[in-house]
Amino acid sequence: MNVPKIPLGAGIEAILNFLTNALSPLTRAFSNGVELGIEGIVTGLSLVPPIILIVALALLAWKLAGYKIAIFAIIGLLFIWNLRLWDPTLSTLALVLIATFLAMVLGIPLGILAGLYDPFHKFVTPILDFMQTMPAFVYLIPAIPFFGLGPVAAVFATIIFAIPPAIRLTALGIRQIDVEMIEASEAFGTTTMQKLRKVQLPLALPTIMAGVNQTIMLSLSMVVIAAMIGAGGLGGEVWRAIQRLRPGQGFEAGLAVVIIAMLLDRITQSITKRNRADSV
Amino acid sequence: MEEKVKIRVENLYKVFGRNPARAVDMVKKGISKEEILKKSKLAVGVADATFNVYEGETVVVMGLSGSGKSTLIRCVNRLMEPTAGRVIVDDVDVTALDANGLRDIRRKKFGMVFQSFALFPHKTVVENVEFGLEVQDVDPEVRRKKAEDALKLVGLSGWGDYLPENLSGGMKQRVGLARALAIDPDILLMDEAFSALDPLIRTDMQDELLALESRVKKTILFITHDLDEALKMGDRIVLMKDGKIVQIGTPEEILSKPANEYVERFVENVDITKVLTAQDVMKRPTPVAFVKDGPRTALRKMKEAGLSGIFVVRQNHELVGHVTADRAAQAAKDEEKWLDGITNADEVSSVPMDEPVRQIFPLVAENGNPVAVVDGDNILKGVIVRGSVLAALAERGEE
Repeated sequence: MNVPKIPLGAGIEAILNFLTNALSPLTRAFSNGVELGIEGIVTGLSLVPPIILIVALALLAWKLAGYKIAIFAIIGLLFIWNLRLWDPTLSTLALVLIATFLAMVLGIPLGILAGLYDPFHKFVTPILDFMQTMPAFVYLIPAIPFFGLGPVAAVFATIIFAIPPAIRLTALGIRQIDVEMIEASEAFGTTTMQKLRKVQLPLALPTIMAGVNQTIMLSLSMVVIAAMIGAGGLGGEVWRAIQRLRPGQGFEAGLAVVIIAMLLDRITQSITKRNRADSV
Repeated sequence: MEEKVKIRVENLYKVFGRNPARAVDMVKKGISKEEILKKSKLAVGVADATFNVYEGETVVVMGLSGSGKSTLIRCVNRLMEPTAGRVIVDDVDVTALDANGLRDIRRKKFGMVFQSFALFPHKTVVENVEFGLEVQDVDPEVRRKKAEDALKLVGLSGWGDYLPENLSGGMKQRVGLARALAIDPDILLMDEAFSALDPLIRTDMQDELLALESRVKKTILFITHDLDEALKMGDRIVLMKDGKIVQIGTPEEILSKPANEYVERFVENVDITKVLTAQDVMKRPTPVAFVKDGPRTALRKMKEAGLSGIFVVRQNHELVGHVTADRAAQAAKDEEKWLDGITNADEVSSVPMDEPVRQIFPLVAENGNPVAVVDGDNILKGVIVRGSVLAALAERGEE
């Protein structure tokens, strides 16, 4: 029997083509904004001498996460500098910061909605499941027709890839609040906004921060993969090493990614922990 | 009672599930909760509850878990939406209020205390206490002052800056109580407020709430599953079973006239000695001997009643003492004219009318002599013999 193939791929391409045209003002605006942001951050950071920036970052790590992480930050960042990977590291950081920021700006409000309204939660959960199980590379492809090759497409794909935990954990944080807390709040006559601001968000904060941590980590992993569509940065170094068969160079860039990942992870985790200690 | 009705609950229903109004008709037709659940997948929480709470009164709603008592209290301030029926507070139909009106009445009239305290862990003690005022946008200085006052009222001055996690269970619930009192509500809704506390602390809190109540005159709706607590705290008790009210009455009425088998079984488990007082178990003080009765008259009265001793009183029934048959016989032989000389005042134990039976037990057991029950002017109102206490207990145990 010769059953014809369902033209799913063709259909999706048609839809994408349509969307590319229809949304072009929007995508152009997004593109301009993100490009400006990336350039701003990268130029800003590269104006600062690396050594001063390293000290500043270490101080920040010290303040947020304690002296151990600060020492690790100094050693790790000096090491990256020494490997001559400072500039790609800065552009990777810029991509991660922007992607994370946008993922949070979009994801946390969506998560709040999903936390408060059951129907929306039911609607959004399967979509998030779908987004998280879809192989990460696939998001790169539709990013290209919308934004062309380059860092903006990378940021777009990264947001799509990294947003689910922000939504999911924000919703979870709100939904798992003890019923009596909500009742106590309502019994004293709070408005919906007062309840959200004074009770639900503060109580959900540790969980929301765990989501932010995951979003940052996913952003970093995606930004590296997005080198395939011209994101540059540390991922770009790895990608180049693959194409030229230079395992040593690839390893160096990979190590730099690991250092950045550990730093970001420890810092955000200790913020989470501190919040939890304050609130439980 | 001639007092003002503060809360009136009228034919209140709460049914959980889809399209819950169906179950209301089924309840009215007399179909049981189980059958309704089987037939329609609807869970009846409260069925046809009607009762009043008068101003300044403490009404305890009591029942086992699943009896609908927590649902009932949540319908009063509409944390849960009643399916049918009305709740009227100070002539305002709470069930008919819109969102704004409801918020307003919650802010002004109700202070609620929760079983597991429900303190906000991210706020300090004093921030918790001022929550109700913060919600009303009260000026920060004013609300801090009021919160400190409320903390003082529950004996926690100086603890304001701690986080709830640093407090013991009893202290946490004091904060919960202070939070409710800070908005100076007319009505306190207490949802199993002391159930999570260990027994000693619990007794303390009960005593303190009773003391507090006499100072700050609130109307209190108190939920508990513990009959001892209900009897202690309640001016009246509303007994619930399977969402229905089984009996409403004063603690004494519930104990002495259980409305049906269910209430009886409940009451059986109560330590009755804590609740019954001297006047519940005393017998009529007849016969008595008067001071100017001679010993022979006294002896005759004892003989007729089959007693081995008799209480001696003045004309106005003021208690003088007790005379045993032996001593009266001796006095008769000695030709004593009055009872004065042989009346022994020291041997008589007398107790006030509201003395708990628990305290009377040892007196009766000690010397076999009957115990006199007197009022404030030392007038003899009744007597308690060993038999009458045991009989009263046995009677209630058997029923």
